[in-house]
Amino acid sequence: MEFKELIEQKIREKFAGRNFSFSEFRGELTLTVDKKDIVQVCTLLKDDGDLQFKLCEDITAIDHARRTDRFTVVYHIFSLKNKFRLSVKADVDESDCSIDSVTPVWKTANWHERETFDMYGVRFKNHPDLRRMYMPEEFEYHPLRKDFPLMGIPGSLSLPKSPLNPPKGDLK
Amino acid sequence: MEKFTRDDVHPKILEALLADTELTVEDALENEMILNMGPQHPATHGVLRLLLRLDGETVMGCVPELGYLHRGYEKLAENMSFYEFIPHTDRLDYLSPMANNVAWALAVEKLLGIEAPPRAQYIRMIVTELARIASHLVAIGALAMDVGALTVFLWTLREREKILDIWDILCGARFTNSYTRIGGVANDAQPEALAKVKWFIGQYLDNLDECERLINTNRIFIERLEGVGIISGDDAVDMGLTGPSLRGSGVEFDLRRAQPYLFYDKVDFNVVTYPDGDSLARYFVRADETRESIKIISQSLDKMPQGETLLNQPKKVLPKKVEVYSKMEELIHDFMIVNFGVNPPVGEIYSAVENPKGELGFYLVSKGEGHPWKCKIRSPSMVNLQSVPRLVKGQMISDVVAIVGSLDPVMGEADK
Repeated sequence: MEFKELIEQKIREKFAGRNFSFSEFRGELTLTVDKKDIVQVCTLLKDDGDLQFKLCEDITAIDHARRTDRFTVVYHIFSLKNKFRLSVKADVDESDCSIDSVTPVWKTANWHERETFDMYGVRFKNHPDLRRMYMPEEFEYHPLRKDFPLMGIPGSLSLPKSPLNPPKGDLK
Repeated sequence: MEKFTRDDVHPKILEALLADTELTVEDALENEMILNMGPQHPATHGVLRLLLRLDGETVMGCVPELGYLHRGYEKLAENMSFYEFIPHTDRLDYLSPMANNVAWALAVEKLLGIEAPPRAQYIRMIVTELARIASHLVAIGALAMDVGALTVFLWTLREREKILDIWDILCGARFTNSYTRIGGVANDAQPEALAKVKWFIGQYLDNLDECERLINTNRIFIERLEGVGIISGDDAVDMGLTGPSLRGSGVEFDLRRAQPYLFYDKVDFNVVTYPDGDSLARYFVRADETRESIKIISQSLDKMPQGETLLNQPKKVLPKKVEVYSKMEELIHDFMIVNFGVNPPVGEIYSAVENPKGELGFYLVSKGEGHPWKCKIRSPSMVNLQSVPRLVKGQMISDVVAIVGSLDPVMGEADK
C-alpha cells in the first residue's frame, strides 16, 4: 500500500465522523482538520508505529484576509522512517484567535508557535512560554497580518532606554 | 551613568528567567547571578543575546533572545516578485549565499512546475557544495577560535578565500552572489571557473588535513569540546535539530539522501554521522562533510553535460536578452514578467533543501499573482538555537561559547 493511502486509512479509522479532508498539490499531501482535533491528530501522527512523524519542521500561519476563518495554521511534519512530508492545516477564526499548542507533542513547536503568535497574533493555548519571538514585548501589532502596512507604523517601536538616550524631560 | 534595575527588564522575560528560583539581593555572594551575554559579543556569532542564570560559574538557566537582526524578509517577500527576492536570499545565511539562492530557485520552480536544464542543475550542485565547504570552514575556524585556537581560523579562511575567488569568476560577486535564476542559472559556468574548481578540489584535502592536524590532537581543544553540550538522537529530533548538529547525535538524516533534489540521487556520497552528540562530534561531522562535498563536486564535474543553462519557457522564465531584442514573443513575455511577475497557479508548496546549517525550507503560498501571498522561511539556525538552553544547562560559562560555536548559528538567517 502506498504510504499516502496508509495515512488516509489511519486517520479515517481514528477520526470517523469528524471533519477532515485530504488534498494534494505538486505531489505534497495536505491534511486539513478542525482546530479542536489538532493535538489528537498530531499525537496520532507522531506516535503511530507505522507513521512516525517524529520531526516537526515548521509551524506557521496564513492570513487569508477574509471574513470567516481568517487564519490557517500550517504544520509541516516529516517522517524520518518513511521519508515523507505531510502538511497539517487547521483554520482559525479571528473572533476566537487561538488554537491548542502542540508543544506536548513536539518540543520544537515552542519557538515556532511563539513566532506565529508574534507575527500573526494567533494565541496557542497551553503554551509554556508564549512570548514574542522577534518583536519587542511592548509592540502592539502583528506585522505579518495583511492589514499591517509594509512601511511599518511610525512611533510603534520605541527606542530602548539607555544612558545615551535618556527619557525625555529627565535631562539634568 | 544611569543604573539599570530589574524594573528595566520586561516582566515576562524576567519571569521566564526566574522560573524556578528565589532571587534575593541581600547577600550577593549567596545568590545566583544573572549574566547578560550579547547581543554585542564576539563569541555569539552575531547579535544573539543570551540571558544566563548562574550559580558561581555553572549555568542554571538560559533564555535566548532573538530579533536584533529582524528585517522582516517574510513581509518583504509578500510585496515583491519571485525574481526580486533572489538578492534577499543572499542575506539570510550570509556565509553560504549560493546555497540559499539554489533553495529559493528550487522552491519557486516547484511552485511553477518547471525544472531547470541538466547542466544548470549540475552547476547548482557544484556551487551548493562549494558553499557548504565555505560555510563549514568558517564554522570550524570560528569554533576553534572560540575555544582558544586562533591559527585555525586564519588557515580555514585562507581556503575559503579560494572559493570566493571561484565565485568571483563565476558570477562577478564574491559574497552576495544572486547567481541562480528561476529556471536555471544567470550564466553558464566559464571554463576558467571550472578549471579553478578542479584545481581547488585537487588541493583542498591536503590543506584540510593540515588544519585538522593543528587541532585534532590538541588536548586543550579536545577537552574544551568533548562531553560538552550532549544531546541524544531522540532528543535532537524532538528539538527539531537538523543538519550537522543532528548528525552529530547519530541520526542519519540528510535531505540530499532522504528526499533527493537536483541530481543528488545520481552521485555517490556518504551521510556522515557521529554517535556521541557532543560539541566535538558536531565538529567532526562538519570536517568530514566537506570531504564528502569534494566527492560530489568531482563527480558532478565528470557527469555535467553540455547544453543550455536556462529553461526556454518564455511564459514562466525570463528569456535571454539577445532573444528579447530579436524576437517578438520573447519581448512580450519579458515585459509581462518584469511588470507583473510570473503567475504561478493557486496553491502552496513547501520546498526544503539541506543547507550547510541544516534544513532550509521555503513555504510559498500563491494566489495566482505575481508575488507570493505568503513566504515562510524555515531557517535552520533559528530552530537549532532553540536547543541552546537545554545544552548549556549545568555547563560552565566558558562552555556556552563552545556550544553556541558548535551549533554554528548565523543570525542573519535566525532573525530573518
